[in-house]
Amino acid sequence: MTDDRYLELDFTDDGPGFPMTRRELLQLLGSGIIILFTGSGAIAQRAEGRRGQSGEGLPGDFNAFLRVGEDGRVTCFTGKIEMGQGIVTSLAQMLADELDVSLDSVDMVMGDTDLCPWDMGTFGSMTTRFFGPALRAAGAEARAVLLELAAEQLGTPVGQLSVEDGVVFDRASRNRRVSYAQLAQGKRIAKHLETPPPIKTPAALKVVGKPTTRRDALAKVTGAAKYTGDIRPPGMLYAKILRPPAHGATLKSVDVSGASEVKGAQVVRDGDLVAVLHEHPDKAERALSKIKAEFGPSPLSEDDASIFDYLLKVAPEGEDVSRGGDLARGGARAAEVFEKTYLNSYVAHAPIEPHTAVVQIEGKKTTVWASTQTPFGARDEVAEALGCPREDVRVIPPFVGGGFGGKSRNLQVVEAARLAKLAGKPVQVAWSRAEEFFDDSFRPAAVVKITSGITDGGEIAFWDYHVYFAGSRGGEHFYDIADYATVAHGSGWGGGAHPFATGAWRAPGNNTNTFARESQIDIMAAKAGADPVEFRLKHLRDEKMRGVLTAAAEKFGWTSAKPSGGRGYGVALGIDSGTYVATMAEAEVDQRTGAVQVKRVVCAQNMGLAINPEGARIQMEGCVTMGLGYALTEEIRFRGGEILDRNFDTYQIPRFSWLPQIETILVEDRNAAPQGGGEPAIITMGAVVANAICAATGARVLQLPMTPKRVVEALKKP
Amino acid sequence: MEEAVRFTLNRKPTALTVDSDRALLWVLRTDLGLTGTKYGCGAGVCGACTVLVDEKAVRSCALPVKQVQGKDVTTIEGLAQNGKLHPLQKAFMENDALQCGFCTPGVILTAYSLLRANPRPSYSEIAEGMEQNLCRCGAHKRIVEAIQAAAKEMAGGS
Repeated sequence: MTDDRYLELDFTDDGPGFPMTRRELLQLLGSGIIILFTGSGAIAQRAEGRRGQSGEGLPGDFNAFLRVGEDGRVTCFTGKIEMGQGIVTSLAQMLADELDVSLDSVDMVMGDTDLCPWDMGTFGSMTTRFFGPALRAAGAEARAVLLELAAEQLGTPVGQLSVEDGVVFDRASRNRRVSYAQLAQGKRIAKHLETPPPIKTPAALKVVGKPTTRRDALAKVTGAAKYTGDIRPPGMLYAKILRPPAHGATLKSVDVSGASEVKGAQVVRDGDLVAVLHEHPDKAERALSKIKAEFGPSPLSEDDASIFDYLLKVAPEGEDVSRGGDLARGGARAAEVFEKTYLNSYVAHAPIEPHTAVVQIEGKKTTVWASTQTPFGARDEVAEALGCPREDVRVIPPFVGGGFGGKSRNLQVVEAARLAKLAGKPVQVAWSRAEEFFDDSFRPAAVVKITSGITDGGEIAFWDYHVYFAGSRGGEHFYDIADYATVAHGSGWGGGAHPFATGAWRAPGNNTNTFARESQIDIMAAKAGADPVEFRLKHLRDEKMRGVLTAAAEKFGWTSAKPSGGRGYGVALGIDSGTYVATMAEAEVDQRTGAVQVKRVVCAQNMGLAINPEGARIQMEGCVTMGLGYALTEEIRFRGGEILDRNFDTYQIPRFSWLPQIETILVEDRNAAPQGGGEPAIITMGAVVANAICAATGARVLQLPMTPKRVVEALKKP
Repeated sequence: MEEAVRFTLNRKPTALTVDSDRALLWVLRTDLGLTGTKYGCGAGVCGACTVLVDEKAVRSCALPVKQVQGKDVTTIEGLAQNGKLHPLQKAFMENDALQCGFCTPGVILTAYSLLRANPRPSYSEIAEGMEQNLCRCGAHKRIVEAIQAAAKEMAGGS
């Protein structure tokens, strides 16, 4: 749980607060059978485990509910949002199974802060692990209520009833039957779940565990899917905001008179917030370009090369993440000592949909549509900005066009709220790509220093691990090492050390930590003259990890295949969000230019029960592909407060020509609880490519991304 | 300059009086209410705004609307005909070739243009043809598979 607690601390959580009374809620939902799920028993303990130091977490009242309507349809109301990770499908699968209804009869209402119970946010691969059990329990309870009603109506004991496809029947006489729709007819039953009924055993699941086509696919291939930028309440104006040229630069003077050259443009100002509004976004942008502004110099002086020394200089004292044995004893056993420093630069989230928000204020009521991973956070931020009670603010997240952690910060939502208030009309703020690169909360630049040693016998003698500013997630090793310390200096969010905002980036911290750890393991294996897989197996007791490694090695043909000239094989292991990952890759390196092409990736994952195996594989493929970016090209270059990469022409994300042959393996573990799926497979990508480059060329690259220049430099080193 | 611009949009004659230097993307999205075409970068480097002009993929964020005068424009909303999905749309659904879906309209229309020029592309020809379309979710593998599947179906049907 350490990792999640860590995650939570870095997101500002506000406590539970449901905007309506139970009575108002039930009126809104209309007739039918409604299950409110209360946090108690085993699931409350899980929720407890999620609470941060603020003492606030899931609402104590209820955190999930669903309705069985008079039409027999099941509607799930959840504070989670869909941003491509596929929970609109997998959550519906869970409900379909617990209720014995077809997947088609389940509707999902997601992230609407007026309709859905409070939720911290959609990140950290937590939906399936923590929300899933609550949802399944609510489904099981709804089924129990429906069975009771059916027993009464049919005059048959509950024990004699079964359900198929939303129809309850008497097993002794199948024509004695009644549908969920009939049972819900004219009913208004709200059941507050106290003790969760047993959920189904893995063997009884029919929908869960089966590959299922995405439920949002049709809307997304026809252009019908609505994202925030597609929302346009009557009278809405598009806003373009005056931005400083560099972080830390403050506005000295501004002459807005030029904006009037564009017909219909309206300039609004609130302190440093200067914006142009227009009924067309492109005209707002044109008007903004006519505004003359003078900014003071940025006080920031670091750049993308100097930042690492700076971070080490300002790093706070370390805190133990874990420690065992005695480092001095281990050091004395070492025949060979390795002291390495690993670096990684700032990385952008770069979702293809930039941050967007629409705010409409009508009398007391404010309605917000936003591309956000934290709709309830957005609601509270808007309430604060407008100085109104949060009950008066409703956030509705349409489809989100990619988040990756970057849409947990709601800057654009607050901007839209302030501007809507100033304008007295609905306003849309949609960041340009340049704004997206400027105001992103980057994955933090970080440093890892490892000193480790091996004995004469090729065993790891000690492990002294210090991570600076990536945080502890994924920092702990899982090898059989008696004398070790894992120490984190600063959190993954930097606490003011970084020149600009930083935040969670798909598997925050773990990409950095896994890159460093798995590179160091390979360095030691090479010196010990051992095969990297054998060396790992020799130091692994954890059966789950051995299982994924063996599965990957078999599929890859690690021992049997030999790479051809200029190519090398790499391996890397990691754990994230409860899921175990082993990845192998074949890379080809052009020794003259330093260009790297990853040819093949095999990724094995043990995530417990996979709710939607196809969805899980898709997430793994996405992780592998996206991970090539931070491994090979992605870094934000900056000088002082100025961000030099402002679009996709210089900031290179993975493209079709990069695509390796990707093979995914889900190591079957149906009886184990479901674990995270959206992030784990990305964590190994830096290390597996680094290790493959080294296998191909002998060059050890210690800095992410492994650009051609860095590969060539590493090749020159003895 | 405000002028009348006439073109065929999703098989329907369309006329509007508009500042004809404005980018087609914004005219489609705000004047004509077709929001399936997306803004991703504003510089023609990501492909989210791709539409078909006379059956060829074009970046609408960099195209003044006057340049489609008299031409035939198709957006993602116009790809299905009479309620029947195009084979590419079906293949994208069946092959799970999308995640967040934001790049999907542009990706599908670029693939349409690619298949029109080369009905049976090899794997590397698909990769080359799609190279300038960005997908951040990493759906590339399934996108290539979907394009291959659609090519096969379209060839079978002709």
